[in-house]
Amino acid sequence: MIARPFIDWGWIVDHLDEIRDRIGEHLALTAIALGIGLIIALVLALAGLRVPRALPPITWTAGVLYTIPSLALFAFLVPITGFTTLTAEIGLVSYTLLILIRSIVTGIQGIDPAVTEAARGMGYSPRRMLWEIELPLALPVIVAGVRLAAVTTVGLVTVTALIGLGGVGFFILRGLNRFFDTEIVLGTALSVMLAMILDAALVGIERVLTPWSRRRSAT
Amino acid sequence: MVAAKVGDMIEFLGDLAAWFASSWDGDTGYLMRIWEHVTVSGAALLAAVAVALPLGAWFGHTGRGGMLVTSMVNVGRALPSFGIVALALPITIRLADALPVIDSGLGFLPTFVALFALAAPPVFINTHAGIRGVDPDTVEAARGMGIDGRRVLTTIELPMAAAVIMYGIRVTAVQIVATAPLGALVAYGGLGRFIIDGFAVRDSVQIAAGAILVALLAVATDIGFSRLERRVVPKGITPTRKGGNIAGDVMVDPARAQWSRAVKPIHREE
Repeated sequence: MIARPFIDWGWIVDHLDEIRDRIGEHLALTAIALGIGLIIALVLALAGLRVPRALPPITWTAGVLYTIPSLALFAFLVPITGFTTLTAEIGLVSYTLLILIRSIVTGIQGIDPAVTEAARGMGYSPRRMLWEIELPLALPVIVAGVRLAAVTTVGLVTVTALIGLGGVGFFILRGLNRFFDTEIVLGTALSVMLAMILDAALVGIERVLTPWSRRRSAT
Repeated sequence: MVAAKVGDMIEFLGDLAAWFASSWDGDTGYLMRIWEHVTVSGAALLAAVAVALPLGAWFGHTGRGGMLVTSMVNVGRALPSFGIVALALPITIRLADALPVIDSGLGFLPTFVALFALAAPPVFINTHAGIRGVDPDTVEAARGMGIDGRRVLTTIELPMAAAVIMYGIRVTAVQIVATAPLGALVAYGGLGRFIIDGFAVRDSVQIAAGAILVALLAVATDIGFSRLERRVVPKGITPTRKGGNIAGDVMVDPARAQWSRAVKPIHREE
């Protein structure tokens, strides 16, 4: 058999609209998962920091969720929530929690106690302390966690193709079903590119938010 | 209405129990599917360890390959495992066309290739990181005592890095077991068949059963390998590790790697 080309550029040019829509879907699924994940992780991490006894069960639960294979988790949910965005988001959010909770907790625990002591001495209320001292100082570590969660989520979104969503993962699945290499390569390459662009964007956001730590090397 | 929901739930659990009681036998029964799942996962892990562990150890020992590790970590994180499985198919189909020895580019082969590609980088990365993380003073002392390079690697560096290496293998093994279900998409068997076929015909019972089996197998793999880890790692130099399961690539992250005196953090230049 004559070797087929891996990529049929003509097909890609003909399907630019569809590609754009799928990228949009991919980014929306990722953004919702990261946003909700971050809110839940913040609440749980702060609760865990305030009540130290609650921290081990919180991270343990997040760890268990993280260990369940993604496909299995989506499969568990399908009988309950069906082939819906809700199913995808429950799964995607679950996977961000461990990484995000860990980064928030380590970030805040890593703050020099002298700094918080000084703030307390100056009469900062716990709430002001959190928003003006602890979260800003923990931001580099938190952003490192968000970056990892973002890259992981972009990859996981492709799996949701199996429950009828998938973003650019839709191309991978359709390519597999039709033995059409172009779509497989396209879907995978787009997913990698989206992950890298999002990662770079988060580095940029971190730079803007923490002007005082320019000299710190990125992890 | 609530009563109806509860009734549905009980009925579903009954169907699930009936499925487990009836579908274990034969070529498409779950015992066979578990066996297929374990064989392809085991073969991929063995191959990955056979290739990546010696390479990682050698690169770590000579201090080379730092750039390679960094780029592997970055690309490895960004590459979706679904994409790897899908990409394996066109490659193995071409291989089967080119080499008459291979009778099919479908099924086992693409699944194996994909899982191998998924497993080799983290094993390499963790072996490299483990060896690089051994206290340089200890290595220096060994060299001062006249122990040659190869024996430094086998008697000093590898045992001291064993915890990091084994942890990497454990996380990789769990990841392989978790990804192997996607092999069903390239015509392999394994437990993914129940999930993928269940999706196709919208059979909730089959989907849930497949999910339960995959999750149990992943947990069993995690437990099995942590037992192995405890046996392989020498008693005196077990590093203290905070928390249990995190992704393989997370542990290489210097911000997260918290080892005791025996194994120091990876980044030294700062």
